[in-house]
Amino acid sequence: MDLRYTPEELAFRDEVRAFLKENLPEDVRQRLDNGEYGNKEDLVNWSRILNQKGWAVPHWPEKYGGTGWDPMRQYIFLEETQKWPAPQPLAFGVNMVGPVIYTFGNEAQKARYLPRIANLDDWWCQGFSEPGAGSDLASLKTRAVRDGDHYIVNGQKTWTTLAQYADWIFCLVRTDTQVKKQEGISFLLIDMKTPGIEVRPIVTIDGGREVNEVFLTDVRVPVENLVGEENKGWDYAKFLLGNERTNIARVGMSKQRIARIRELAGKEMSRGRPLIEDPRFLEKLTAVEIELKALELTQLRVVAADAKRGNTGRPDPASSILKIKGSEIQQATTHLLMQVMGPHALPYHDHDIEGSNMPPIEPDYAATAAPSYFNYRKVSIYGGSNEIQKNIIAKAVLGL
Amino acid sequence: MDFDLTEEQSILKDSLDRLLTDKYGFEDRKRHMAAPEGWSAQMWASYAEMGLMALPFAEADGGLGGTPVETMIVLESLGRALALEPYFPTVVLGGSFLRFGGNDDQRAEYIPAVADGSLKLALAQVERNSRYDLHHVETTAAKDGEGYVLNGQKSVVMHGDSADKLFVTARTAGGSRDEAGIGVFLVDAGTDGVSVRGYPTQDGARAAEVTFDNVKVGANDVFGDPENGLPLVRRVVDAGIAALAAESVGVMSAMHALTVDYLKVRKQFGVSIGQFQVLQHAAVDMFVAIEQARSITLYATMMADSEDENERGRAMHAAKAEIGRGGRLCGENAIQLHGGVGMTMEYAVGHYFKRMTMIDTTFGDGDHHLHLLSAGGGLFAAA
Repeated sequence: MDLRYTPEELAFRDEVRAFLKENLPEDVRQRLDNGEYGNKEDLVNWSRILNQKGWAVPHWPEKYGGTGWDPMRQYIFLEETQKWPAPQPLAFGVNMVGPVIYTFGNEAQKARYLPRIANLDDWWCQGFSEPGAGSDLASLKTRAVRDGDHYIVNGQKTWTTLAQYADWIFCLVRTDTQVKKQEGISFLLIDMKTPGIEVRPIVTIDGGREVNEVFLTDVRVPVENLVGEENKGWDYAKFLLGNERTNIARVGMSKQRIARIRELAGKEMSRGRPLIEDPRFLEKLTAVEIELKALELTQLRVVAADAKRGNTGRPDPASSILKIKGSEIQQATTHLLMQVMGPHALPYHDHDIEGSNMPPIEPDYAATAAPSYFNYRKVSIYGGSNEIQKNIIAKAVLGL
Repeated sequence: MDFDLTEEQSILKDSLDRLLTDKYGFEDRKRHMAAPEGWSAQMWASYAEMGLMALPFAEADGGLGGTPVETMIVLESLGRALALEPYFPTVVLGGSFLRFGGNDDQRAEYIPAVADGSLKLALAQVERNSRYDLHHVETTAAKDGEGYVLNGQKSVVMHGDSADKLFVTARTAGGSRDEAGIGVFLVDAGTDGVSVRGYPTQDGARAAEVTFDNVKVGANDVFGDPENGLPLVRRVVDAGIAALAAESVGVMSAMHALTVDYLKVRKQFGVSIGQFQVLQHAAVDMFVAIEQARSITLYATMMADSEDENERGRAMHAAKAEIGRGGRLCGENAIQLHGGVGMTMEYAVGHYFKRMTMIDTTFGDGDHHLHLLSAGGGLFAAA
């Protein structure tokens, strides 16, 4: 047992840092450090810089553009890019549909989609949740009926993140209504330009326009866009959701936010002294740091166990811990950051008000604090809510 | 980075677990507790035979050259069995004084006796007014020729009534809360002027109040710098905290296993109560706390032998705070999920809860360490 990074791992970490320093535009870094939501242009540009370097999809098999890094290097890369911070890859492409395509798709699909995902030529979104299918995802109702060499798709998807930018959507659709609900689901790739698709924004409590409703009316999808076998979509969805959990702890991101909290708590005053000197505030922050340190090692243990077992695509059910603790810590840090701002967290900055050319309300770094806190309530809901994660552990680990 | 045990470490773990499974069931433990010394001399001999006492010492000193990882393995297993023997005060605390503070003569004299199980040690450090401050020392050590004369009183000396010799912190100079002027002395429990009043502790182990009344110690009973022994004490206590964290993982895992088993067999309303989601989630909260405790214990273990006092101290503060928080969550839930039977003295789970609770009050509770860590700049700021 040796919990230190090897000299080779440290050299790799330095290489990643040097690459970030050399290649990530400073204005992009600052926007993210300031807690602003990433924008499409920044992410597309950064994805192409990474792809040029061969680092856009590190965890993919090498023949599809992966780097061949061991899990520890993949972890170091993830942590360093989150801490920097750099834009995080569009998960719907590189972490979700990409692995489904290279694992279950045919050769034509691999050739057509994978290079465009790596270069972010295609922006993907996820068509899983429906108004009546949240945690009980398998009860989804969107229908796909075979008509010659097409499926005709009718239904409604919801909580579709960044669908307003999307070129493609991967959808779970019901292709058989006569069988057990998990056994009649298929996995379809749908071009967002197809007639019959309408995207309507859902404004979230932070004022963000991140998620959408997607309506599908008589949408004709070529049968060649079916991934794997008809009615096997639930297996692919479980595979996809399992992959989602392993990257969900976001340790690097929480470290970045803690550094930000310390920095800004040194500027904001409380009772005549910098807030960072307030013992109660400090103890709350330190308690989160301790949880994060433990989570980092829990994550590394899962990474090491995965490495040993080989990538089966079926993560250790214990990785549900990463989702639970990771989201709790993210939520705690966004709350602390809002507390740092005190009364300056109050103003609501609506950047979409037309004709507004007033200077920003000071301090400008306070503007994202409350919205981030509100927005981050989502992290214990999405990706299988924390309660669902507890159900998974209770059943798969504890045998209850 | 590598989380695997070596083959030797796996063998150590397996053989100790097998010994404890065979010989240290909950009923065995009751019998051991009823012995005059409050623990089992036979088990102590078995540990010595297995080499557990020699484990952390350098091979050159007659030890087995183990690392903090071996200590972690042993303490986790002892924790799972709620073992009562004075391994922690003798080998972890006393052994650390010998390793980090002993000169060549002292190591040659005492390590072989610890290693073969014939010498039992304890740490007399806590005082009535010290609470958790290692630097608060009112017991005095006045220079007397080549040696010293000790006067004062020490509280809750773990296994103090079993110890052949006691490591004692005493003040050679300065005021009672000065960091400088603290010495470490090894005192034979039979020396004139030493009186030991033993008693049971809440968790079924033993401790003692120890009084020093004009106790003479020789120059070769001084460990480290008699004017500046605090760094040595801190180093020993840090090794102790890492070991207590490992013991906690054993204690928490055992009570979680008992609880999950109980959820499966206890039936109410015609079903096993483990089918109720609210109880499942409480059991999962315990599981998450244990995995986090295990992770922070690995961190503490990795730092336990570090000579960088600040870096090492941060890890121990973090570990003790996390163990304190998670241990209480785990213990209180274990009792709650058992219901009434968890309240009974004759059932095991409550004893795990009590041990966990007493670990929190040893060398500073979670709040104490959270305070020290945050006042020192936190866990990441200095990293």
